[in-house]
Amino acid sequence: MSVQDNGINKWLAAYPTIALLVFFLAPFLIMLAVSFFARVEGAFFEPAFQFANYIRFLSPFFGRVLLNSLGLSTAAAIIAVCLAFPFTLFLSNIRRKEQTLILVFILSVLSLSEVIIGFAWSTLLSQTAGIGNLFAWLGFIDEPRAYTPSLTALLLGLVYLGFPYAVLVVYPAISRLDPEIPEAARMLGASPIRSFFTIIIPIMRRTMLGAFILVFVFTLGAYLLPQVLGRPQHWTLSVHITDQAIFQSNIPFAAAMAVFLLLVSLALVGMSLILGGDKKGAQT
Amino acid sequence: MTNVSVQNLSKSFGNFKAVDDVSIDIPDGSFVCLLGPSGCGKTTLLRLIAGLEALTSGNLLIDGVTQNDIPAHKRNFGMVFQSLALFPHLSVAENIAYPLKIRGADKQTQRARASELLELVKLPDVEDRRVHQLSGGQRQRVAIARGLAIAPKLFLLDEPLSALDAKLREHMQIELRLLQKKLDITTIVVTHDQREAMTMADIVIIMDKGKILQSGSPIEIYRKPVNGFVADFIGMSNLLPCEIVSDTEVKVFDQSILLTEKIGSELSKDSNAILSVRPEDLTIVSAEDAHDIKAEVSFIRDLGSSIEILFRVQDCELLAVCTPRNRPEIVIGQQVAIKLNSDRLTVMSS
Repeated sequence: MSVQDNGINKWLAAYPTIALLVFFLAPFLIMLAVSFFARVEGAFFEPAFQFANYIRFLSPFFGRVLLNSLGLSTAAAIIAVCLAFPFTLFLSNIRRKEQTLILVFILSVLSLSEVIIGFAWSTLLSQTAGIGNLFAWLGFIDEPRAYTPSLTALLLGLVYLGFPYAVLVVYPAISRLDPEIPEAARMLGASPIRSFFTIIIPIMRRTMLGAFILVFVFTLGAYLLPQVLGRPQHWTLSVHITDQAIFQSNIPFAAAMAVFLLLVSLALVGMSLILGGDKKGAQT
Repeated sequence: MTNVSVQNLSKSFGNFKAVDDVSIDIPDGSFVCLLGPSGCGKTTLLRLIAGLEALTSGNLLIDGVTQNDIPAHKRNFGMVFQSLALFPHLSVAENIAYPLKIRGADKQTQRARASELLELVKLPDVEDRRVHQLSGGQRQRVAIARGLAIAPKLFLLDEPLSALDAKLREHMQIELRLLQKKLDITTIVVTHDQREAMTMADIVIIMDKGKILQSGSPIEIYRKPVNGFVADFIGMSNLLPCEIVSDTEVKVFDQSILLTEKIGSELSKDSNAILSVRPEDLTIVSAEDAHDIKAEVSFIRDLGSSIEILFRVQDCELLAVCTPRNRPEIVIGQQVAIKLNSDRLTVMSS
């Protein structure tokens, strides 16, 4: 190999590092710097080094908002994984052709933006055009009512958003699972439900954790669904960041909140990886 | 006591009949090998007995009690799978004790039984290892121990040794057979390896296209195969087209051969018959007489422990096997006379 070749290879190898620096680390550092800047009323911001933005954040109000954000995303991620897991298990047992068809359909949901999903659910749950009309017509309720805005509607939207991702993470692992494993459990005396809980779920623990983290992080960034489907008290930190950055023009404060959200979610992901990881080192 | 009775069992997948009207009676304590080429229905039959597949029609009786509606997890059979299907998230002891845990045994009993079984399969002191830390042969032993944990009435094994290398496989065949004798447990093994079946089985059942072709002791099947497929599947055999002259005489290569046993009555004089000659029943004779077949030596394969000689007779290729002590003085291309041992020949329909 010539020296020149080696140089090109070196540059190619450096590409991921450069991309990471330019597209992720640099913007983050800028955001971090801005979070210490001072806001100028009626203008933008000026360089400074102050903790005012962080101090303002440490209020009961934003504490509640943060907890609300984390709680919503956790709940949405748990529900999405709990729905996606049996669904995918079922999916892996049907014929290949139908599997592909259903997977394509689920993937197509990913092409819908948060905006479309938000407004579609909002219409579907509304009083005038929503499923309340169907329920009333069927006689379940006396007259059509709206199911949005509400916590349930918001959770529904978030789960809908996260579900395809959970299926995508879980599907490869489940389709790779040796079909003789659940059969072995049955031959050893475990009923199908028992084998599901004592064998399949423990074997899939890491995969499910992966799906949980993905949906958790993904829904944490949702800023439109809480506004469309939730009440103001359900607004997540992402909504407030958007609000501060765009409508209040308080970029330094928005940056401080974003930094905080990033750190908290990183810490949570790290913690769940440590807790969920197998200390005895199975599956290597 | 475990008498297994399979009565007219069938299993269809759509239009495909995987198991087609199969009946077997398996006496208590016997070791049965289901033998056949891939796709012959042997694994499906085993899975029907296990309860992992729902049968299309027929009956499965264990000690006279029908099992048709008993789900797999309530049949109390032991099973070893082709992939072994050990649970990767559990230790060796936890794997073996899993059926005991399901049945509510306490931790001490579980542990003691696991150790006892590991002792039995000659793999002591690995209780706390993980499955992935074991070699292929060790995993095999763990899978067998797990299958035996509840002292099942019936022990089923689906190609259990197929993942092992040849030497270890031969060794495990002997161990498995001795273990089965020791425990006196009725056992059914699926295999496609005739040598494995001959090593282990009391009863060999040869299957093809979902049907049983022949069942019997290994040596019975070797000596008296019912057709060319069986003769060729169990051991090697020269299948020679022949003409039936009388019920004790056939004509092969224009030579008349007198048989010591009568030809089955289902074969008439004009039917297309085949004479099955085992390679060891073919000998070279020095003195030519009228009953010998003239052949040309086409190849000699000297394997050290045995010598295989290929002959060409008219447009047929014949195989003979002899021991090094009986090695004839021949070279490739030589014209010789060969003789068939008339007390070991089988005539069958083609």
